[in-house]
Amino acid sequence: MLRQLFRFHGGVKPATHKTDSTRLPIGRVPLPAELIVPLHQNVGGTPYPLVAAGESVLKGQRIGAAEDPFSSAVHAPTSGRVIAVEPCVLPHSSGLRGLCVRIEPDGAERWIETAALAWRSLDPDELRDAIRDAGIVGLGGAVFPSHRKLRSGKGGLDTLVINGAECEPFITCDDMQMREHAAQILRGATVIQQMLGARQVLVGIEDNKPEAIAAMNAALQAAALQNIEIVAVPTRYPTGGAKQLIRILTGIEVPHGKRSTQFGVQCFNTGTAWAIADFVENGRPLLSRIVTVAGNVEQPRNYEVLFGTPMSHVAELAGMQPDTDRFIMGGPMMGFRMPNFDVPVVKATNCILVGSPALFPSPRPEMPCIRCGECARACPTDLQPFEMYWHARAKNFGKAQEYHLFDCIECGCCAYVCPSSIPLVDYFRFAKSEVWAREQQKNAADSARVRFDFRNERIEREKQEKAEKLAAKTAAARAAAQSTQETAPAAEDDPKKALIAAAMARAKAQREAQAQTDAAQDKKPE
Amino acid sequence: MTSLNSPYLRQANSVTQVMGEVLLALLPGVIVYVYIFGIGVLIQILLATLTALVCEAGMLKIRSKPLGLYLGDLSAVVTAWLIALAFPPIGPWWLVVAGTALAIVVAKHLYGGLGQNPFNPAMAAYAAMIVSFPALMSQWPGAGQLGGAAQAALIFGGERIADAITGATPLDALRTGLHAPNAQLIELMRSQAFGAFGGRGWEWVSVGFLIGGLYLLARRIITWHVPLAFAGGLVLIAAIAHLLAPLRYPDALFELTAGAAMLGAFFILTDPVSGAATPRGKLIYAGGAAILTWIIRHFGGYPDGVAFATLLMNLCVPLIDMKTQPPVFGHKKD
Ligand code: SF4
Ligand code: SF4
Repeated sequence: MLRQLFRFHGGVKPATHKTDSTRLPIGRVPLPAELIVPLHQNVGGTPYPLVAAGESVLKGQRIGAAEDPFSSAVHAPTSGRVIAVEPCVLPHSSGLRGLCVRIEPDGAERWIETAALAWRSLDPDELRDAIRDAGIVGLGGAVFPSHRKLRSGKGGLDTLVINGAECEPFITCDDMQMREHAAQILRGATVIQQMLGARQVLVGIEDNKPEAIAAMNAALQAAALQNIEIVAVPTRYPTGGAKQLIRILTGIEVPHGKRSTQFGVQCFNTGTAWAIADFVENGRPLLSRIVTVAGNVEQPRNYEVLFGTPMSHVAELAGMQPDTDRFIMGGPMMGFRMPNFDVPVVKATNCILVGSPALFPSPRPEMPCIRCGECARACPTDLQPFEMYWHARAKNFGKAQEYHLFDCIECGCCAYVCPSSIPLVDYFRFAKSEVWAREQQKNAADSARVRFDFRNERIEREKQEKAEKLAAKTAAARAAAQSTQETAPAAEDDPKKALIAAAMARAKAQREAQAQTDAAQDKKPE
Repeated sequence: MTSLNSPYLRQANSVTQVMGEVLLALLPGVIVYVYIFGIGVLIQILLATLTALVCEAGMLKIRSKPLGLYLGDLSAVVTAWLIALAFPPIGPWWLVVAGTALAIVVAKHLYGGLGQNPFNPAMAAYAAMIVSFPALMSQWPGAGQLGGAAQAALIFGGERIADAITGATPLDALRTGLHAPNAQLIELMRSQAFGAFGGRGWEWVSVGFLIGGLYLLARRIITWHVPLAFAGGLVLIAAIAHLLAPLRYPDALFELTAGAAMLGAFFILTDPVSGAATPRGKLIYAGGAAILTWIIRHFGGYPDGVAFATLLMNLCVPLIDMKTQPPVFGHKKD
């Protein structure tokens, strides 16, 4: 059956550079001398450390725990000794430091006790907690905690989209994983499908990966699974964007700020499906991922890499060339330049793109915008990038927002096609961060005001309580005095009633204050 | 700002390349023009190009912009060629030089340079010159009428006795002819100013520009919106008028091949800087220009309406673009 596909506006077709890294099977990486495991590898709150320097850890032992429902856990990727728990440079273009657990491997690879999960009989909430504690997050690069996406919205879910599009040039980790582990990916997909109660599963794969498509189809037939379909989609960047792929497969456009579940669709990456299967079948938490090493290396290849492995350790295996001047984490369209060569591989590292001045020459100097509209024709979210650029440049951020600045997914299509070589995405990132900063300031002011009101209220309340207690005491005293003369139990109720009323008023005030803080937080844009 | 951030890949295109393609696309029209009307237009192109480059360099220097980068973008050359093609090929040298200087210095750089000018510089120059020198701007040679030497002599200071040296352009012939008592379009059409279809000689120049325009479309330098809306609008209004008063208004094909219509449809109204940018905006912009062109041609005081129509629509661009923003992903009402 040929499925009807939909299209999204715009998009670009850069050279894919994918064949070189798919010649060899997924490789193994010898243990490095040290693993630097950042605690914060997911979208959401930073997990808190569970270990301290000097402790020995087992492979798969939890070393960072989710601090709130929006966070996820982190584990020791191998057995060894914790050298330190201290801030280290993170794989982030800012060069920011964050708390990391530095582990010296002992080479024994001693596992924690693992066992398959009886997930079908588990309460859904318990299962979600288990997945959170297994550290499973979206491996497409977004690292959104998976347990938070594993609940169907109201009215159930129609379609589960498994994203194997992998549209960024150079990156082939999903491609290779589908070729080599198709069956397990499909098993993971069925687990997700059942957790969500989705009617059908659509696996979207760009048609430049015929081997992966064939492998997935073969696995599908072998497993004789119902209601799962492998769909080849046209190769066009950014088809692998969740919203773009959902659009292509279902025709639904999920607007900015809305969840796809509101439209009956949820989307998971193939690697995440694999990880979920690995966890429920073997009890193994997420300790590694497939990473493409490509670009300025002798032999581009995919490796299974433990989190915390220094990027240079992996790149050298692939034969990093001497004129290398940078690592980019991710692809050339949306990737980020790393602050140094030794930052660790994390859950978001789908690709270490080894760059050189020859491979990625610095762009031509920026020229003025000639309003040619190329950027608008390339934008997959139907924006008018040159208008947003105009206003962002003039620091007129309100206007930029009117042109839907926050709908921009920073895919880079506009900058890719711009004949004036304008780094449009830089302007948009800048504009967004400025808007956020302003919102934050405003929120800080708001919450300060709330705190102030709250304090005033508390002082007022304490005064009142004192007065009430006093009144109650005197009433009680008076009642006691009276009751010695004439028994009047009614009077005894009065002080109690006064106390209850005061408590209720207090609760009400608290609720109101809470509502205010919540409202202030809601204003923050995504 | 040279970016260190993603995307690290860039398509191999540039302003220079875009402008170069436009120049290339102008060639077929230019070649036919020279073949039919003589060498004059080449001299004009040369004069205009030189003037444009000198003015551009001067202004860049004053504004302390990197000379090589901006001079090499070829945008000034495109403006120059459009001026040379819109001006009469046997106008005195200073006419085109003054026009080009005005376009580059005032219409382009005083408004902020590349990408900032609200008015199409070439059309601004044309409008300024035809208002200031209406007689000189209306002297056109007939097809094959003047030899190269005679044209060069006229350009560089020959004595000008208007009637002896120039034939009327078809649009002019139409205008003056129709004002004569009892004039009928059919007889006029048989006069020497008219050819196989449209004005004599002009129809083939128009075909040349059409070929270049189709090339630009094929290379995706321009989109179909502006040419189609302009040509379609002009054809529609001309056809209706011709149907209602066939003795007074020429047919659609004539309108389409006369004056700067083809040049306008593919090269002038498609100027991205001064034109509308959204797809729907382009339709409104070019459609409006078509209607204005026809009105000015038949009811205005000047022989051709493309320049004034363009400038008037340039004024409306900010409003048009603002009102025609396409719906954003996820916010469409299907
Ligand atoms: S592609 Fe570049 S030059 Fe063209 S309109 Fe967009 S920002 Fe301006
Ligand atoms: S980066 Fe933003 S504006 Fe540019 S093409 Fe992508 S979504 Fe559109």
